[in-house]
Amino acid sequence: MSIVLPSGPAGARILSLGDYRPTRVVGNDEIARRVDTNDQWIRERTGIIERRIAGDSESVADMATEAAAKALAGSGLAAADIDLVIAATCSAQDRLPGIGTVVAGRLGLDAPGAYDLNAACAGFCYALAAAADAIRTGNARHVLVIGAEKLSDITDWDDRATCIIFADGAGAAVVGPADSPGIGPVAWGSDGGRNDTITCLGTDPYLRMAGPAVFRWATTSLAAVGRRACELAGLGTRDLDALILHQANLRILDSLVRSLDVRDKVIARDIVDTGNTSAASIPMAMTRLKDRGEIASGDLALLLAFGGGLTYAGQVVRIP
Amino acid sequence: MPASESDILQGLAEILQEVAGVAPEQVTPEKNFIDDLDVDSLSMVEVVVAAEEKFEVRIPDDDVKNLRTVGDAVDYIKSAGVAA
Repeated sequence: MSIVLPSGPAGARILSLGDYRPTRVVGNDEIARRVDTNDQWIRERTGIIERRIAGDSESVADMATEAAAKALAGSGLAAADIDLVIAATCSAQDRLPGIGTVVAGRLGLDAPGAYDLNAACAGFCYALAAAADAIRTGNARHVLVIGAEKLSDITDWDDRATCIIFADGAGAAVVGPADSPGIGPVAWGSDGGRNDTITCLGTDPYLRMAGPAVFRWATTSLAAVGRRACELAGLGTRDLDALILHQANLRILDSLVRSLDVRDKVIARDIVDTGNTSAASIPMAMTRLKDRGEIASGDLALLLAFGGGLTYAGQVVRIP
Repeated sequence: MPASESDILQGLAEILQEVAGVAPEQVTPEKNFIDDLDVDSLSMVEVVVAAEEKFEVRIPDDDVKNLRTVGDAVDYIKSAGVAA
């Protein structure tokens, strides 16, 4: 007897997007009252003017559910149509149950596969790749992909190197089958030799980051990952309509815009009033660009992310 | 042939002008990058990356924080160039 595999569609595409932004806005001046910094210092080094911070009782699962509900509503699908949930996060309060199962329960999904994925700030791109593969192989038909973080829980609010950057939020996408692929092959990898540059260790409850080392890696190594993602999709960076980079730091973003030769394209700059939300930043930025009409359905966007590990991943997608 | 100290100083001045907008005449060996030239830690990374390319040397992350003055950088690049 041989094992039978299902057959799947030609590809997968993003059907809809959703985001959730906590209501509390924290400006640079509020942070400057706690640590030795000021608005200009923060703007010059990060590009951030303000960020959103979740309420004390608001969990990663709460934010993930809000974003996922919005994406599900936008897809036109019924809850029972979702047969896989992948939640990317590195800041869940609870080890168990996983965020994916909590969201599935709250949205009344019909017993989908559900798991969490930790690839730090690159998590959404990893999860999107896993979703596209599950659809193409026939293991799933409609996948809810979520990036959700409450980094304020693991931020040392007395550490000037990190507390000016990190923030909270969630983004989600519903991914489904497509005759013409709307999610390109993923260019991914990791550099374990640099796994001490961004950490949140069992012995220290807070995120720690060697900012200049990460900046150096991102500004010298990440462009090649982005170009590789385009090549894998049979495209060049000039074919793109938009760049949606992980919203880590505006200076990294500006460097990548130059390296990838996409100055005249739509560039997500969500970090300015959102901060760095790790795995949530790309789906949040993509949702906002779409909601504001800055990118149109069918546009080609390069998603490109990097984070603790160091992990990195990128793929070209068509905007739903 | 390794670059001379004056070549390195002039090369650094060009890099600092391009990366951080520092006037070339400001770039003298005793100047502190952060305090005197207003080069922040991220711009310093860009200076180092550009210097690696220009002078064909390697300046690892761990050594960057020891480069406090222009003179420190000139000395480092000079000795790294000889070693290479």
